[in-house]
Amino acid sequence: MTAVRLADVQKTFPIPSGGETVALEAIELEIGTREFVSLIGPSGCGKSTLLRVVGDLIQPTAGSVEVNGKPAHQARLDRDYGMVFQAPVLFDWRTVEGNVRLPLEVMGFAPSERDRRVREMLDLVELGGFRSHYPHQLSGGMQQRVAIARALAFQPPILLMDEPFGALDEMTRERLNTELLRIWAQTGTTIIFVTHSIPEAVFLSTRVVSMSPRPGRITSVIEIDLPQPRTDQTRESERYFELVTEVRESLRGRVSSSAARARAEGRIG
Amino acid sequence: MSDAAEMARSPAPARSAASLLAARVLQYLPAALVFVAGIVLWEFAAAGTGRRVIPPPSAIAAAFVEEGQLLRRATTATFIEALGGLAIGTVLGVLVAFSTSRWATARGILVPVAIASSAVPLIAIAPILNNWFGILNPLSKMMMAALLVFFPIMINVTRGLVEVPPAALELMRSYATSEWEVLRKVRVPNMLPFFFTALKVGTTLTFIGAIVGEYFGGTSEVLGRVVITSMSSGSFDLAWAGILLGSAGAIVSYLVVALVERLVIPWYASLQREAG
Ligand SMILES: Nc1ncnc2c1ncn2[C@@H]1O[C@H](COP(=O)(O)OP(=O)(O)OP(=O)(O)O)[C@@H](O)[C@H]1O
Ligand SMILES: [Mg+2]
Repeated sequence: MTAVRLADVQKTFPIPSGGETVALEAIELEIGTREFVSLIGPSGCGKSTLLRVVGDLIQPTAGSVEVNGKPAHQARLDRDYGMVFQAPVLFDWRTVEGNVRLPLEVMGFAPSERDRRVREMLDLVELGGFRSHYPHQLSGGMQQRVAIARALAFQPPILLMDEPFGALDEMTRERLNTELLRIWAQTGTTIIFVTHSIPEAVFLSTRVVSMSPRPGRITSVIEIDLPQPRTDQTRESERYFELVTEVRESLRGRVSSSAARARAEGRIG
Repeated sequence: MSDAAEMARSPAPARSAASLLAARVLQYLPAALVFVAGIVLWEFAAAGTGRRVIPPPSAIAAAFVEEGQLLRRATTATFIEALGGLAIGTVLGVLVAFSTSRWATARGILVPVAIASSAVPLIAIAPILNNWFGILNPLSKMMMAALLVFFPIMINVTRGLVEVPPAALELMRSYATSEWEVLRKVRVPNMLPFFFTALKVGTTLTFIGAIVGEYFGGTSEVLGRVVITSMSSGSFDLAWAGILLGSAGAIVSYLVVALVERLVIPWYASLQREAG
């Protein structure tokens, strides 16, 4: 089943001094249910913009965005998305627990159900001991984990994550990568994940979409055929290194063999 | 990061009440010493310059005792005016702020009017208010106080409601929430620290407003009149007693607001402590 379908999507922003920035051009992408797709590309190539278009936080200038078979706008009203932004965006006046509970409150979950889920999510991100802390009493990485717990709390069918681990050290990042894959396998969500890290993209994804800037376009889509579940061994396997190289080369603008294969199979337009 | 490192960031286990108290005393000790030294210095300096300019603290203390009845009644009356003014100014300021932040049309009309009228030297309005609301009616003094309180409250509450991080609004948008929920869950909590800051300023302004209103006439047993009449009859010690009671009123109200702030937004105090 298709979770997200982008057809000829374009997004331009007006520039105050006149003219416009073409943030996205001719984006064709189809993402299946339960897929894990990473977006990768140089700064300013439109990754965040693409995520925001899918999440109906901004309207595309042209083209259509369909989510779970309905327009993106309807999907947002149906609360199909969980968002994790580049910054944690926690509320200073709510404790860790209160921040995770926020979506459950506004979506009208029963109080006992809220408590159960908050506890479960905090255990998942290993912050059970910090439920009564305020955000400013946590490290940056811990704040980001609260944001992840909050996005997962209402079990959205689609998770949109914008560089969620960008601010973390390598060790924490790898641990959370494994955690995220476990959650993904358990909950059956579809994930679109923006990252600047090639190894991270390869380790997590079922497909890696690389983009190039000005105008923001998809340059290649690389199938990641590493076996599931991915473990620490995956990071040491030969195929993993091959794929990392392949993604790196695709970002440099060289079309690699598997991207050509993907194109031949009609996965990119 | 290791869990040990995480634990290190969590607040230290509750210290004993005694050691907390000791820390507080130490914190305020320098200020208290300066205050006492100031009083002592004042006593000696006043003895040197003659009692007419600045009466020594001992004379003011004596005035407190001799005119205790009058001062108590005057303080009560002025306190009621000041608190009434604070209440009226705060309620109006909050109401206007909510409507300006909610409706762009209201903002377009009210904000320019508010800015223009805050340029009016408000104190010059006191006689007019006495005229409108009745010179003997405490309401005329309350309105003077309310006028001074209104602007900081309105401007700060508006800012608190409007200056919300755009990312927070985006998060709420991703939850497809109503504007009402955004107000309740984001704008109002975001506004509270702004509100308490303005309210603390208001506690000082409201006493100024009430006493200025009294200067322009009215019943005699209020602090403003006590100061004016005892000045003109040469009882400077009584005048100073009145002034001190006025400041004490403002300080006490400030402390009460600060305490309420602690209870209502405990997270803010903790944030400030960590930032400072
Ligand atoms: N609200 C906006 N108004 C005007 N221009 C914008 C806006 N948002 C994005 N842009 C422009 O669109 C382009 C893509 O921005 P975007 O934030 O999507 O990049 P990105 O790939 O997420 O970059 P990064 O990796 O640095 O986060 C940039 O040139 C940016 O200047
Ligand atoms: Mg970005």
